[in-house]
Amino acid sequence: MEDAKKLEAFEAKINSGVKIEPKDWMPEAYRKQLVRMMSQHAHSEIVGMLPEGNWITRAPNLRRKAILLAKVQDEGGHGLYLYSAAETLGVDRTELLEQLHTGKAKYSSIFNYPTLTWADIGAIGWLVDGAAIMNQTALARGSYGPYSRAMVRICKEESFHNRQGYEIMMQLAQGTPEQKAMAQDALNRWWWPAVMMLGPSDDNSPNSEQLMRWKVKMESNDAIRERFIDRTVPQAEFIGLTVPDKDLKFDEETGHYTHGKINWDEFFDVIKGNGPCNAKRLKDRIDADKNGKWVREAAVAYAAKRVKEKEIA
Amino acid sequence: MTDTQWPVWEVFVQANPGIPHKHAGSVHAPDAEMALQNARDVYSRRSEGMNIWVVPANAITASSPEDQGSFFEPSNDKPYRHPTFYKIPEGVKYL
Repeated sequence: MEDAKKLEAFEAKINSGVKIEPKDWMPEAYRKQLVRMMSQHAHSEIVGMLPEGNWITRAPNLRRKAILLAKVQDEGGHGLYLYSAAETLGVDRTELLEQLHTGKAKYSSIFNYPTLTWADIGAIGWLVDGAAIMNQTALARGSYGPYSRAMVRICKEESFHNRQGYEIMMQLAQGTPEQKAMAQDALNRWWWPAVMMLGPSDDNSPNSEQLMRWKVKMESNDAIRERFIDRTVPQAEFIGLTVPDKDLKFDEETGHYTHGKINWDEFFDVIKGNGPCNAKRLKDRIDADKNGKWVREAAVAYAAKRVKEKEIA
Repeated sequence: MTDTQWPVWEVFVQANPGIPHKHAGSVHAPDAEMALQNARDVYSRRSEGMNIWVVPANAITASSPEDQGSFFEPSNDKPYRHPTFYKIPEGVKYL
């Protein structure tokens, strides 16, 4: 009875556009879904550092290297904003990382594809960050205060990621025939995974109704996907690259593109762990955690030493 | 508790001189000095600030959302604290 009243007040608050804050009453399903979403999102940020980090030592020049370093550092920061946002709901960061390392928690399917050439770094910034921005600008309007604020900050920073990626593709597309072919090859390999990373089709996405009502989800996956395609196809045409979808057509009547059939079997297979790089990503993440342990231990030792020094003085 | 769970510090950033510090987020760190460095790396990568405070999260006492009504009540029923409460005849200047 009490809960029904609380639920009513909670939904009224959301309807009037007031954000829900950590100490406010919230339904258990809301809390659970948000922890799941925020931690998955945080995991995606830090796993996303791996395929790009792969190219830092091989960036073609100093400018590109500095940019890529800054981008990968941003992704680490985004992970931290999101873990902090998840912590406001009383979960423990170590526990979340544990779930990632044991394979219990998921991260974005897109990072299970390999970065084979330098053009892939361009394709990731342009397409993967581009798709992520579409999703995240929607989430920034969500009802949970800490998540929404983290999204606002992240969106501001992602826009540089998106543009540096497009610039890489543009430069390659305007280069030698080999360079242009490299850019086209990267687009061919990243297009469909980017289209899929926005999530399953609406008729295959459970719980959406309640999540939309609670403004945990702001728009359907298909709506966000349509916007991504509408905005990205002309960008590809502008630099003379071809989107690898024979059935892609602009529909004059609706003002939107219609696309070919999406291979959802591939999507679910990658999520299940059978993508080209799932095992490698997980291993690299666990290694990164292990190899960073001495730094964390040194930090603790240093802090203890400083306390002792103060006591003596 | 494992080795990544250091205390939480809330981070407040002053964007420009003369304006108040604003809450930016939080970081984990083993001590205040490292909390400051982490806060700089995480919350001011694009010159967002000129000064940063870090405060141990457990040192903050907050009012509770459930008591919001009664807690702020003393101010709600005193409209005479606002200048618009008073009617001044037209033509009177500088009031």
